Amino acid sequence: MSQVTEKKAAKGKLAIYWASSCGGCEISILQIDAKILDVDAAFDLVFCPCIADGKVRDIEKMADGEIDVCLFNGGIRNSEQEYMARLLRKKSKVLVAFGSCASEGCIPGLANLNDRKSIFETVYNQGSATTPDNPQDIYPQHETQVPEGTLYLPVFYDTLKTLAQTVDVDYFLPGCPPEADNIWKAIEAIVSGKLPPKGATIGVDTTVCDECKRKKNEKKIKKFHRTWEIIPDAETCLLEQGLMCCGIATRAGCGALCPTVNSPCIGCHGPNEGVDDYGARLMSAVASVIDSNNEEEIDRIIAEGIPDPVGTFYRFSLAGSLLRRCNKATAGNGH
Amino acid sequence: MANENFEPKIVGFCCNWCSYRAADLAGTARIKYAPNVRVIRVMCSGRVDPSFVLKALASGADGVLIAGCHPGECHYIEQNYKAMRRYSILKHTLRAMGVEPDRVRLVWASAAEGQQLAEAIDQLVVDVRKLGPLKWPGNWSENGHREEALETILKEHEEAVEVS
Repeated sequence: MSQVTEKKAAKGKLAIYWASSCGGCEISILQIDAKILDVDAAFDLVFCPCIADGKVRDIEKMADGEIDVCLFNGGIRNSEQEYMARLLRKKSKVLVAFGSCASEGCIPGLANLNDRKSIFETVYNQGSATTPDNPQDIYPQHETQVPEGTLYLPVFYDTLKTLAQTVDVDYFLPGCPPEADNIWKAIEAIVSGKLPPKGATIGVDTTVCDECKRKKNEKKIKKFHRTWEIIPDAETCLLEQGLMCCGIATRAGCGALCPTVNSPCIGCHGPNEGVDDYGARLMSAVASVIDSNNEEEIDRIIAEGIPDPVGTFYRFSLAGSLLRRCNKATAGNGH
Repeated sequence: MANENFEPKIVGFCCNWCSYRAADLAGTARIKYAPNVRVIRVMCSGRVDPSFVLKALASGADGVLIAGCHPGECHYIEQNYKAMRRYSILKHTLRAMGVEPDRVRLVWASAAEGQQLAEAIDQLVVDVRKLGPLKWPGNWSENGHREEALETILKEHEEAVEVS
């Protein structure tokens, strides 16, 4: 009995939380397979709404820093998520921005091309199959009076924020979702106490091209193709074939999964070490291999080949980019 | 939008070999140009990473000028063509983000073209003044009732009946 108690006392406390995300990050934790038993041996899972019942109030009652590690996935879309981010920051010794959403906004961050008003109109008032007719223009309110008292909903923000734009973050884990190997590496580092300096991204410092086995020559692009327009050959670099492969600007760690199966890298691992703005780095790299010195031709190649520049260059990183969102005053279409 | 009292803040990236010397020449020749531009010397217009421009705008600049050697006259053979392509792709993206294309401009000025550079700066200042302030960080302002909403959650949790 005493041995069991001792063992229990030595266990760390682990929390896994999700904010504006899809739940894929939780699934990716299970991809570490049998090693999950090692995680269980080292930690008690004190809070993880995805797989276990837990109460926020139990976390509120904890002492500050009582949770050893919190893996936080998801961006901050509303006030409730901001509350949870602040709470878990306070209660955790180590807070990890787990995955692309928490680190750089990811796909939900693309909503930063809109604001609350236009998102609400799309969701609650466009009469499509998923959005009912709403003739009375009823939208979610922060406060609603009912006979029983006042009901509150979280405040939905115009701009989705990353975790680091909201609270102090200790480590970042890239990927949508993070790779099992890298998750394990992070957990091992935390358990053994061999942690990198605060603020580091846990992963490798190279790009997807380094892990990609395709043949690479000098890149010269006359025309960009969308993925459905051509069937690329399986040997040559996809960018050289005119597909917008983001591997040149994207942090490695995935083993070049997408290019290996003939699909261009879409950049889910985010920027490499020392890069301020993922999209700027990708733009810079792609622009330099366009094979033209004629201003008009360059404009044409870009306009025809990249119809959705923000969705191409900032697919995963808009919220975490230097500009973070579109100009509110022009509502995203630039006109 | 035009506001006579609005003084645009312009960040200017000038290449070491041509346009920075053009700016120097404008100075020694006492050619007047708008004082709104803050010139930063870079070795080549090809050194101007799009992130420099984005950082300037995100830090409160109203416009950005990139100036380099004329096409074919680059000190590093053809890096100004890379600047041309990066400018094109950046403009394409900025338009989608709601930044008016007139705010970011690429111009060519040789070391002898102090007058032309001064005119290009004046023109950019006139155009940006017409557009008004960009105030990019204002786009991130927090929504109303945010702090209240954060406090409400705590209050609700305190008031709620605990079931065990």
